Amino acid sequence: MTIQVLGSGCPTCKKLFELTKQAVKELTLKETKVEYLTDIQKIVEMGMMSSPVLVIDGKPVLAGFLPDKEKIKEIIKKSA
Amino acid sequence: MDIFYPIKIFADWLTYDVLGLAPKKILAEAVNFFLYDTIKIFLLLSVIIFVVSVIRSFLPPEKIRRFLSRKNIYLGNLLAALLGIITPFCTCSAIPLFLGFIEAGVPMGITFSFLTASPMINEVALVLLLGMFGWEIALLYIASGLTIAILSGIFIGKLKAEKLVEKFVFNGKIKNFQSDIEMKWKDRIAYARKYTADIIKKVWLYILLGIGLGAWIHGYVPADFLAQYTSADKWYAVPLAVLIGIPLYSNAAGVIPLVGVLAEKGIAMGTTLAFMMAVTGLSLPEFLILKKVMKTKLILIFASVVGAGIIFTGCLFNLILK
Repeated sequence: MTIQVLGSGCPTCKKLFELTKQAVKELTLKETKVEYLTDIQKIVEMGMMSSPVLVIDGKPVLAGFLPDKEKIKEIIKKSA
Repeated sequence: MDIFYPIKIFADWLTYDVLGLAPKKILAEAVNFFLYDTIKIFLLLSVIIFVVSVIRSFLPPEKIRRFLSRKNIYLGNLLAALLGIITPFCTCSAIPLFLGFIEAGVPMGITFSFLTASPMINEVALVLLLGMFGWEIALLYIASGLTIAILSGIFIGKLKAEKLVEKFVFNGKIKNFQSDIEMKWKDRIAYARKYTADIIKKVWLYILLGIGLGAWIHGYVPADFLAQYTSADKWYAVPLAVLIGIPLYSNAAGVIPLVGVLAEKGIAMGTTLAFMMAVTGLSLPEFLILKKVMKTKLILIFASVVGAGIIFTGCLFNLILK
């Protein structure tokens, strides 16, 4: 599974990246990559317009706000 | 009936019974004013931001774009400005929002109506206006903000300013238009709670400082003291207020309660409203970030058109609201 955090480089985006990394670690998922991308064009291409965006295997699953870690875990488990 | 009356009783009880301050003294009045305003503003902030966030969870920008790309001008400008009210504006999202609109074929003018209304009419400013001046002034603020956003957008749309936007903006291809992320009621409530807490965490200190300074002025500065310096009949009062407002965006939450008290000390209402609109609607960080996607000339046009609209509105209200 590939998890990407797309953002404009703002503090909220970085925090989402940190939380996602922690969530993946706590779920002890194997072969899961977490990336942080700041390519805004990519956000737009996906059809999203707010940042940050959480993307799992190419599919946007959350956009525009920072959830708590439990919520991120829940989303990852659902997409797995 | 004043719906804030119970808060008044509570503030009175705190001031005169719990703190034991003697009524009618300046210190007691200032403390009472501070407690009353603080409780009222924070209650309003929590309730209104929460409600607005729930509504917003039904209207993510992706959905708004679908509405706007199908609308003709004028009606589109009106809708864009209305939708701008409930959308929070964050410099984080300014670029993806702009690109997303333009690349999806939303006309420039409509995009600018949205870009004007979104920061100018925001829920924090509305709550503070509601709390300090009452609902009539809050409504007046919404109405004038909408008018400025609609007219600025129509004007910029007429300019055919597409060549002032960086070229790559038009090259992009959006692959996915149906990208709504499913949300259940539980998610909406959680989102609204989190958003409200985040906003309050971000602004509480500024608001306390603003109200504190305001309470001091309320108690110790004589009424009408400022009127002699900034009376409505001085032609430069409104433009000056707008200029001072531009760099203050990040501190809007603290500036507004302070302005409320200044209005009480004699600054004309039109000048006050113009100042508030400049603080929220003309933001320096927003302009700087928009430079990534448009030429400086377009940003200057945008700022001048909105600025002129604000100055006009301010002067108009100074004439009418005497």
